[in-house]
Amino acid sequence: MTASSQPALLVRGISKSFQAVHALDGVSIELRHGQVTALLGDNGAGKSTLVKCIAGVYQPDSGSIEIDGKEVHISSADQARELGIETVHQSLAVIDTLDVPENLFLNREITRGGRIGAAIGLLDKKQMRADCAQTLDRLDIRIPSLRRPISALSGGQRQAVAIGRAVAWGQRIVLLDEPAAALGVEQTARVLDLIRNLRDNGVAVLLITHNMERVTAVCDKAIVLRQGRKSAEVDVKDVSKDDLVAYITGARTTV
Amino acid sequence: MNNSTGTALMHPAPTARRWLEQQREIGGLRKYVVYLAFALILVTFAVLLRDDGFLTSSNLINIGRQAAPVAVMAVGMTFALAAAEIDLSVGSVVALSSLVAARVAASNGFIWASLAALGVGLAVGLINGLITVKVRIPSFLVTLGMLGIISGIARNQNNLQSLPIRNDLFLAVFGGGSLGPVSTLLIWTAVIGALGYFVLNHLRLGRHVLSVGANRDAAKAVGINTDRIRVIALVMSATAASFAGVMLASRLAIGRHDLGESDLLTVIAAVVIGGTSLFGGKASIVGAVTGAVIMAMLNNGLILMGLDVADQMIARGVIIIVAVALSMREQRDS
Repeated sequence: MTASSQPALLVRGISKSFQAVHALDGVSIELRHGQVTALLGDNGAGKSTLVKCIAGVYQPDSGSIEIDGKEVHISSADQARELGIETVHQSLAVIDTLDVPENLFLNREITRGGRIGAAIGLLDKKQMRADCAQTLDRLDIRIPSLRRPISALSGGQRQAVAIGRAVAWGQRIVLLDEPAAALGVEQTARVLDLIRNLRDNGVAVLLITHNMERVTAVCDKAIVLRQGRKSAEVDVKDVSKDDLVAYITGARTTV
Repeated sequence: MNNSTGTALMHPAPTARRWLEQQREIGGLRKYVVYLAFALILVTFAVLLRDDGFLTSSNLINIGRQAAPVAVMAVGMTFALAAAEIDLSVGSVVALSSLVAARVAASNGFIWASLAALGVGLAVGLINGLITVKVRIPSFLVTLGMLGIISGIARNQNNLQSLPIRNDLFLAVFGGGSLGPVSTLLIWTAVIGALGYFVLNHLRLGRHVLSVGANRDAAKAVGINTDRIRVIALVMSATAASFAGVMLASRLAIGRHDLGESDLLTVIAAVVIGGTSLFGGKASIVGAVTGAVIMAMLNNGLILMGLDVADQMIARGVIIIVAVALSMREQRDS
């Protein structure tokens, strides 16, 4: 799959401070359609802050964001989703007391009853359950019962639902913050397949991880943050795992 | 709780056992506790008080009439708790809306009296909600303060005297009259209960209220306007309370500063017994209404047994603690 010349997401010189702490200091990154980019860095390097700025959870202090060449201001999570950006946050963003279809369609509910139904938000539960089953099937995510609350599922299944939601809705850009952190071997493989599936469908994927195996397994490019600044940007095929670790610890830089 | 249910039944039929196991897995047995309690209390009083007329139709109707305003408040409170908020101002809203209804009914008639009384709840709920989300004070404290303010305003209305209501239409429609053999109090309760059930279970709003209550950050991350949802939940609670005030005013044909004053504990007990979590994210309207009936039954039964008001207060307090303990335990389990 060839990446188009226009970057899917272009972040230019973004900075974000929390009181005296410069979490991000002039970071620029570029995501391309059909490419998986790894975002690496030690704890506190600013990875999650960067993701939250792109996802509309935080407002950056300065810098700009362009999507497909058009400058955008992402003022809320809702707006980010409207722009085709889906995020799986590190703390799993699923609602424990709702069931799987309710989570998958949260704030994107299908309504019935025509215009009046849409206005009052009359839920089409049957349709959502059917669509949900279809989506999970397509992604090869197996959940024993869709009617159970999420709290009754295993950690891996919950994560699969959270990722499934991002994959189902992620039209252009998907941000994954440590999506396989709590998963077993087989489930991790499933998640990596999901990521490849996204890539092959032309989605731009940003993957935060501490696991170098996953970087070499699915990522095309790697961007390394260190103390809020970008310290390296490399093609994954050109470097070894040891090189990546060296960039993360600050033993080496490319920029 | 979950462990004992499995062993209590010695040899359940295979399907029953499978159903039990399935329910246990999804933590669903808790929601049947309220119906079990209902049946248990009904049978106990029916046996203990068989000579005191507990099961007579006039006494059962009496229980229903007593439960009605509490049930309506409980439906509103369910939404507040579902959103992980709480509304302590409901009792004072009942009092003020009864007084406003009485005053406006005398001068401007039925329609304006009803609208003005409901307006009290709408306004108080809006103030509660906006202060909670904008000034970022827990609703517990905001509504506690509001309880004092609204009670004070209600006391100033008519020098602590009752205001009589003589508007026949108002009295007939909301609580004094009946449709066939059924008191309008019960009809309104059914209507409000059905409305609450519909909103909670079949509208987007209900799902969003539960999401905000279960995990506010996660709800925010999918783009839900959590502030708006929290304000709406508190408005629903206060508006339901003002409707309860209208029902009480209509039934008693007065507005008075102490109507609803002692209902707060009863309402919270009813809602929590019904399976709604005190910590948000889980709610049941049918449970809340059943809880209100349970509380009225207890009240009635305790009176027939000869307990005085003080003893009833103690009994209510114990019930709340037990209900909350069950709710906490379940929270820890999951």
